[in-house]
Amino acid sequence: MLRYLITRALSLGASLIVASLVIFAMIEVIPGDPASFMLGLNASPDTVAALRDDLGLNGSVSTRYVNWIGGLLVGDFGTSYTYRVPVSELVLERLHVSLPLALFALILSTLIALPVGLIAAARRGQMTDYTIMGATQMGIAVPNFWFAMLLVLVFAVQLRWFSAGGFPGWDAGIGPALKALTLPAIALALPQASILARVMRSSLLDVLHQDYMRTARAKGLSVAQATRRHALRNAMIPVLTIIGLQFSFLLAGAIIIENVFFLPGLGRLIFQAITQRDLVVVESVVMLLVFAVILVTFLVDVAYAVVDPRLRRRA
Amino acid sequence: MTRLPAQLWIGAVLSVVLLAAALISFLWTPYDVTALNIADKLKAPSADYLLGTDHFGRDLLSMLMEGGRISIAVAVLAVGIGMGLGVPLGLMAAANRGGWLDEVIMRGNDLIFAFPSLVIAILITATFGPSATNAIIAIGIFNIPVFARVARGGALTIWTREFIMAARVAGKGKARISVEHILPNIANLLIVQGTIQFSLGILAEAGLSYVGLGAQPPTPSWGRMLADAQTMIYSTPRLAIAPGLAIVIMVLGLNLMGDGLRDLLDPRIRRARE
Repeated sequence: MLRYLITRALSLGASLIVASLVIFAMIEVIPGDPASFMLGLNASPDTVAALRDDLGLNGSVSTRYVNWIGGLLVGDFGTSYTYRVPVSELVLERLHVSLPLALFALILSTLIALPVGLIAAARRGQMTDYTIMGATQMGIAVPNFWFAMLLVLVFAVQLRWFSAGGFPGWDAGIGPALKALTLPAIALALPQASILARVMRSSLLDVLHQDYMRTARAKGLSVAQATRRHALRNAMIPVLTIIGLQFSFLLAGAIIIENVFFLPGLGRLIFQAITQRDLVVVESVVMLLVFAVILVTFLVDVAYAVVDPRLRRRA
Repeated sequence: MTRLPAQLWIGAVLSVVLLAAALISFLWTPYDVTALNIADKLKAPSADYLLGTDHFGRDLLSMLMEGGRISIAVAVLAVGIGMGLGVPLGLMAAANRGGWLDEVIMRGNDLIFAFPSLVIAILITATFGPSATNAIIAIGIFNIPVFARVARGGALTIWTREFIMAARVAGKGKARISVEHILPNIANLLIVQGTIQFSLGILAEAGLSYVGLGAQPPTPSWGRMLADAQTMIYSTPRLAIAPGLAIVIMVLGLNLMGDGLRDLLDPRIRRARE
């Protein structure tokens, strides 16, 4: 087990280093000088020179890379050019919106998907199954930002149950804040739930065909008992993988939804940083997101190895 | 001859109708989409304008037909990039299974998967200028690891077959075997995956255009039409609903077709998948 952990940790470290190099290179290849790029065409040479100095652009490529990484390691993400505050502050502030939104969407999607997938698997080949599968096909095909627009149309414009966008902040109380996140979370959850329900169904069906299920039935358990005790647990493995992936996707994937609802989240921060050419923010936040994805994958892998000893040998 | 799966039929009809509409738009559209006609702005659907007009008096149906061109072209070309680069990489990895090349290719794959695709796509299009071409590249890059993985997985099972052994005994090299024997045998898998990536490409293009980073005005695309419609969603929801439905129908059609093709091409998968 220890050996497995060490190999996985080493590969985690290697992935992070390569990822950081890729991101750094990506920002480097942006044509032209980053400073004049950020300031636009009409900037005076003096301002450009000052910004170059500010950004530490006068050092060599390797010095800049080492400075950036060294900073990241001690929690210094650099200073945003447009906001004039440390990037770490910006990120923390935005996470107050993005993290709850991602969790909200994930909980919604899981609460919908697992029972629906279970029902579809139990009613395999029947009308219920076909209906559910048809509905999930629709759910996957609907662009989430379009679904978001429809939600606004119905629940904000017609029924006036929710506001069409904006976020009052957590200071306004949990109720209003959660209310502001409800429509975005539903919009994010729909495609995720559709995918998850399909994974749940196919994973359960796979498991139901296994010999140990027949054994369980043969020793006298009812279908429901055998499913509960033996099938569900085994079927959850692929489902958990997808949930893990979806969470990291939701953190960054909410960019467009956050734009539809004018939510001050991480996605909107990156989007604005990209359009305002605030490269320091872009570089560090993208690295942070990649780190989150790689870390989640690592944790899922390790969790499997704990649950299922067979997987340890495969590494 | 086995009966064609129902979803293949439904999916093919849905996507072919939209594809045909987009192709027809090269020759004919009910109205010229670049001509503004303020007198007829925001007309409700009628015999003259089947889906009504937008705030510039442009015919919505004509815009949908032309908009489909960009959306479909971006998605198809992005699949082309993914297949063109991903499949050779996957074949190489499989041919050198367990070797350093395999390791490098697969780790590279994992790495691309770890990047938030939408963020990178936005970064690429914002950096190199928003355009349909850059949208194609941005979406295409993330198709590469998908095809590499599918090609490698499929190729690995083919490599264990007897006829490959025969080819090796006959003195054919790895590259030649990959092209002559492996590729034709994994074509099924690639076609199915191609359909799925095609539909994902439509969604991605819509997302990029929606935030203004895809096709630029006056070129209409489904995503752009949605973005333009957003400000008028209160007054004229029809403008947002029509392009959205076009996207949904296209994606749904492609996904159904992909599932149907998979069932048709490989009945063995059917049990596992259902």
